[in-house]
Amino acid sequence: MLQSYLPALVFIAVATLIAISFVGAGAVIGPKARAIGEKEDAYECGLPSDVKQGFKFGVSFYLVAMLFILFDIEVIFLYPIAVQLGAFGVFALIETIVFIVLLTVALIYVWRRGALEWK
Amino acid sequence: MTSALVVGETFAVETWWVAVIKAVIIALVGFTLIPAAVTIERKLLGRFQHRYGPNRAGPYGTLQAGADILKLLGKENFRPSGSAAFLFYLAPMLAVIAAVATFAIIPLGDVVTIFGQPVGLYGIDVGIGPLYAFALGSIAFYGLVLGGFSSGSKYSYLGAMRAAAQLISYEVSMGLALVGVIMATGSLSLVDIVQYQQEHTWFIVTQFVGFLIFVIAAMAETNRAPFDLVEADSEIVAGYMTEYGGGGFASFYAAEYLNMVVAGGIATTIFLGGWAIPFWGDAPDWIAPFVVLFKTFLFVIFFVWIRATLPRLRYDQLMSFGWKILLPLATLNALVTAIVVVVA
Repeated sequence: MLQSYLPALVFIAVATLIAISFVGAGAVIGPKARAIGEKEDAYECGLPSDVKQGFKFGVSFYLVAMLFILFDIEVIFLYPIAVQLGAFGVFALIETIVFIVLLTVALIYVWRRGALEWK
Repeated sequence: MTSALVVGETFAVETWWVAVIKAVIIALVGFTLIPAAVTIERKLLGRFQHRYGPNRAGPYGTLQAGADILKLLGKENFRPSGSAAFLFYLAPMLAVIAAVATFAIIPLGDVVTIFGQPVGLYGIDVGIGPLYAFALGSIAFYGLVLGGFSSGSKYSYLGAMRAAAQLISYEVSMGLALVGVIMATGSLSLVDIVQYQQEHTWFIVTQFVGFLIFVIAAMAETNRAPFDLVEADSEIVAGYMTEYGGGGFASFYAAEYLNMVVAGGIATTIFLGGWAIPFWGDAPDWIAPFVVLFKTFLFVIFFVWIRATLPRLRYDQLMSFGWKILLPLATLNALVTAIVVVVA
């Protein structure tokens, strides 16, 4: 069974070779980098960078990340049922409906609590 | 050594060295599709905007993408002083590796016999099918986010955070959109899904809602306009790749276009019948890869068309569209399909 993943390793090996040659090409055939004055600064305009003093992000980013974990795991649980749905018939159908209804209730809950509003 | 692999109902019988040679060839074919996609996008965008697009390098500007890559590779190797060296160079590599490895999943044809050896015209046919693409898509996501975080620039930070939130939001809908197809087929193998469509109808007819959700989510996953907030030029310069130049930029750029081709390829396989040609049941085997590539590039052209047509969304619009419209719609689609599959 694991042998069917052999081509994936070959793809990754070929891609790694090309990626290394892409990223490394500049160091080999490009002109040598020399740090002159402010050339090494990050590309920014306006006030100096505040990245290093702990950059703060809106709480919505973290909420979305948590919701993603919940819903993505539920989607992954749907896949095995989906494959065997025809084989198990009505029993699997009832299980699926219960599962999707639970998922929907969770979605409505976070929606009404305002977790989906971007702030 | 012969490996007989049970994948759903089909048996892929190949000796291991055939699988290796085949994988190398398909990976290199995948790479040649990147300049093709770039050229198509630039020429078409030019025409959409009443100008010619690139027309100097080669006939009709077809060599422009190759010339661009050569130019980028010869650039000075540079990183800003605030960046983390290892991650800064690792991130573009991860993006390319994940994109190329995902290309393996697209079946270009059925099992054929070449020089007496049975060869399946696909990089890899595994029993987990689309999940393989999702798993590698998540690795590509590390490329974007690490690239943004390791640059040490505020635009890169903002681009990385936007990328993180956007990609995970639309991945849920993308996964749910395929559940309906998998319920109807009863298999996760993409080769099985294509063969099912040859026997029945294409899923673009029976799973039209799933198709729409998948294509929209695929546009968001590959950062195409109107969902290109990750690299919104007018707001955050170029997002996570602001600080990249030369080879690193070329890698991200190549990975982005290959992701677009792969998204089109997966949509072709799952919804447009893969290598099947309508009303021509006994098509010769050699034509199959060209049919798949033709349909894939129809999707690429469609993505370019959408980019030329629609303005960019606002970020809160993007999020509420993903969570409040696509996700409930995809859930409803899965529910209705489950009832239809069991009852009918």
